[in-house]
Amino acid sequence: MSINMKNVALFAVIFGLIAAVGIWQSWSVAFAILNLGLISALMSLGVNMQWGYAGLFNVGTMGFVALGGLATVLVAMPPVKEAWAAGGGRMMGALAVGALTILAARLVWQRMAPGRRRGLALAAVLILGFIAYRWLYVPAANAIESIDPASTGYLGGLDLEVLIAWPVGGLLAAGAAWIVAKTALGLRSDYLAIATLGIAEIIVAVMKNEEWLDRGVKNVIGIPRPFMVPYEVEIQQQPWFLDMASGLGTDPVSLSSIWVKLLYAALFTVVLLVILWMAEMALKSPWGRMMRAIRDNEVAAEAMGKDVTARHLQIFVLGSAVIGIAGAMLTTLDGQLTPGTYNPLRFTFLIWVMVIVGGSGNNWGAILGGFLIWFLWVEVEALGPMLMEFFTFWLPDGNPVREHLMKSAAHMRLLTMGVILLLVLRFSPRGLIPEK
Amino acid sequence: MDILNAFVLLANFVIVPALAYGSQLALGALGVTLIYGILRFSNFAHGDTMAFGTMVTILVTWWFWSMGISAGPLPTALLALPFGIAATALLVLATDRAVYRFYRRVKAKPVIFVIASLGVMFILNGIVRFVIGPDDRNFADGERFLVTAREFRQMTGLREGLAIKTTQALTVVIAILVVIALFWFLNRTRTGKSMRAYSDNEDLALLSGIDPERVVVITWVIAAGLATIAGVLYGLDKSFKPFTYFQLLLPIFASAIVGGLGNPLGAIAGGYLVAFSEVAVTYAYKKFFAYLLPERLEPEGLMQLLSTDYKFAVSFAILILVLLFRPTGLFRGKAV
Amino acid sequence: MSEDTLIENGTGEGAMRAREGAPLIDPDNPPFLLGDSMRGGYGAADILHECTIAAEKGQITVIVGPNGAGKSTAMKAIFGMLDLRAGKVTIGGKDITGLSPQERVAEGMAFVPQTNNIFPSMTVEENLEMGAFLRRDDIAGTMEEVYELFPVLKEKRHQLAGELSGGQRQQVAVGRALMTRPTVLMLDEPTAGVSPIVMDELFDRIIEIARTGLTILMVEQNARQALEIADMGYVLVQGRNRYTDTGARLLADPEVRRSFLGG
Repeated sequence: MSINMKNVALFAVIFGLIAAVGIWQSWSVAFAILNLGLISALMSLGVNMQWGYAGLFNVGTMGFVALGGLATVLVAMPPVKEAWAAGGGRMMGALAVGALTILAARLVWQRMAPGRRRGLALAAVLILGFIAYRWLYVPAANAIESIDPASTGYLGGLDLEVLIAWPVGGLLAAGAAWIVAKTALGLRSDYLAIATLGIAEIIVAVMKNEEWLDRGVKNVIGIPRPFMVPYEVEIQQQPWFLDMASGLGTDPVSLSSIWVKLLYAALFTVVLLVILWMAEMALKSPWGRMMRAIRDNEVAAEAMGKDVTARHLQIFVLGSAVIGIAGAMLTTLDGQLTPGTYNPLRFTFLIWVMVIVGGSGNNWGAILGGFLIWFLWVEVEALGPMLMEFFTFWLPDGNPVREHLMKSAAHMRLLTMGVILLLVLRFSPRGLIPEK
Repeated sequence: MDILNAFVLLANFVIVPALAYGSQLALGALGVTLIYGILRFSNFAHGDTMAFGTMVTILVTWWFWSMGISAGPLPTALLALPFGIAATALLVLATDRAVYRFYRRVKAKPVIFVIASLGVMFILNGIVRFVIGPDDRNFADGERFLVTAREFRQMTGLREGLAIKTTQALTVVIAILVVIALFWFLNRTRTGKSMRAYSDNEDLALLSGIDPERVVVITWVIAAGLATIAGVLYGLDKSFKPFTYFQLLLPIFASAIVGGLGNPLGAIAGGYLVAFSEVAVTYAYKKFFAYLLPERLEPEGLMQLLSTDYKFAVSFAILILVLLFRPTGLFRGKAV
Repeated sequence: MSEDTLIENGTGEGAMRAREGAPLIDPDNPPFLLGDSMRGGYGAADILHECTIAAEKGQITVIVGPNGAGKSTAMKAIFGMLDLRAGKVTIGGKDITGLSPQERVAEGMAFVPQTNNIFPSMTVEENLEMGAFLRRDDIAGTMEEVYELFPVLKEKRHQLAGELSGGQRQQVAVGRALMTRPTVLMLDEPTAGVSPIVMDELFDRIIEIARTGLTILMVEQNARQALEIADMGYVLVQGRNRYTDTGARLLADPEVRRSFLGG
């Protein structure tokens, strides 16, 4: 990690921008940008591991983020005992039958000789398995979802510390990534892209619809905070806190909100630095050198006896795990899981803009891109209506053109992101902090 | 009689909708596969290109409405369609000039093209939402049904009705005409053949004096036409919503890959395969079996394999199966 | 075979020895196709060093040499597929050094690459049509000539070229190149990977084509067989002219035989 003044300056600029928001807009907003910037940086780091180290094109980031979010519910929410009693066992049975069916189908496919008998056996296994699965699943889901649907109607979680959900989110994402990579790696790069696009849509569809699992679009609210992050109402009552607030001359309510955000920021920074450190070490190790050698010349690496597909599988799973961790952090920060808000433009393509702008292949670049693009994403939204206001000031209030432009201004940021991506890709393809 | 009723039921809820949807997917997949065959990358902006073309068509349709122009029993949008195609053709040619041509010149890797197409996708997405907004738009007018369920019941005396929407019939007819025209162009004209030659063997095409930039321009124009037609037909049949068009990328790519990327015939077959699987798997067969089975065997559940919320999973499953067992697609495309 | 008056036996050591080095070119009466003192390569390093290749109308000229001798490179240089750092290329006395391959096609050159030389998913007839893409006149006559030369192609004209056998594909490739009615036909290892019988057949056809007055320049791995049909032969070693003489004299030279033709 040689200290490069230009890179230091770039980071200084972005933190300066955030500080400027704090000074002129509000510190609460500034810390909100910082926190999501940290999470975005982690996502961007994960994508950079896949793209920058290995040239793998993952457009399913949204799915891995969502799985991380699911992990927080499954780990941290209290279990719903009535729901477990009503259909928990049966649902677990259904899932087991589903998994067994796929395993059995796989076995049939591998063990039996190709031919009509194998086809029939395979069909029989799949059909019987599916019927058994549905027979267990439908009543179980109905029973679970009918338990107090207004507030629960799902199985709940394990009631553990939410921090545990972060690695668990990474594991879930890694598992899904493994399945995708197993099928699509080794084929041409476009196929991996399309397969990841698909798995992301499906993961989000499952989370939106399987109410027994996570209440679907009814959302899970009140996910517990990490043990070291108190609730605002609690600290507002602490005497030391009130002293500090009066010392700073601010009101305790707004200070408490900043205080909580600060704690989250500290927590996220620790995670980001740890993962960044590991990523940097890995990149410098023989393993990382091999990865880059493979990326730069796949044919030569293959000729030298490197198992390219297996290496790609490793890095793809690792990168997705990082994204999953970031997803869990995001849901923890929000305190709620809202499957309806997972949107590929925000959680997949925006992350890509971060990586490309920051500098693909360079972890620091990816992190810088995460902060910078997140900052722009938030600020362009605020800026859009202001610009529109400026350009349409000559139109009277209530003018339909003006109304329409004002209402549509929010979509400007999609356009802005697209333009930024294309400009960087064309004129500075190595990004702000190029790979060394 | 019950067998007939069961069949009509199936036709009404599975076959007719899937035929229409399949035609829409096939047109979309043809565009993707042509771009892939000639420009050699998966165009992620295709869904949003469809949305853009549809948006222009809708705007012109509204303009026609305001002037009192209509196409009688047919949707006015058909009159506006040429405007939509023209605008979209100009748009994609402009993006090619501004974005892709540079990467062709430096012979960039396909994945760079794909990333560039992501950027284009963002921009188109922004433009469409900026101009027409992110909400649902219904722009179908004219006669709603070719045959209504009631008419069909009166005509045949069956208990089940078969409704055929004008838009469904139009979709199928237009898709057939477009496909015939496209295949005639590709197989019978000098320019079409030069496109196939370019897609087959770029270097030899150059040696034969085929001008690559001309081929690329024609490909974009055709793709723009296909995308706009597919988008307008989809919008007429269902409704227009920018985000839905973005989501169509997955079934469209699945169709193109199932048929073999770069293979136009495969794209059509893939489109219908994906559409029929999607509709058939998410249809609730309860009533269908009620006609066929004796009363005591009548099914209790909905007899639905998968809830409609998971229709994307069907495309995805087909995609994964093809990638696992036959990555070049059913019709042997170019890519591995 | 016609005796070439242009090239004289420079060493004068008796009829059994082939002429060493590059051919002597008469600047006032240059050969029809000439790549003169070409120097160049793909990257920074040169592959060709002052390499000269000449070919006359109605003759078959063959470039042979060991692997890595720059045979194909020399041909590609003549066709404009790599930039020359020195030397020039002329056709019929006209300097075409600055032209792109496409422009050289318009000047009457046709090139049959070693691999990927057909459009596999197009029919035989469409392959021929694509060969004539630049022509705006009626191509039916030329196509008939190609079919006369390769009767099997007429039989299979509606079949996909990719479904044909190796030898038939080569015929399609040569036929496609002939469709522009070129004055120069260049073939890069046309017999690579085909059986000896097919090779003989193909060489017969090439002789036939030469008799119609075309200039044929060919790179060959099967040096002995190729030199047997060659009017002129060039032996290249490491991008330099090693021997240049008629096919017959090259074949007769024991030194050439021992070093380059396997005894």
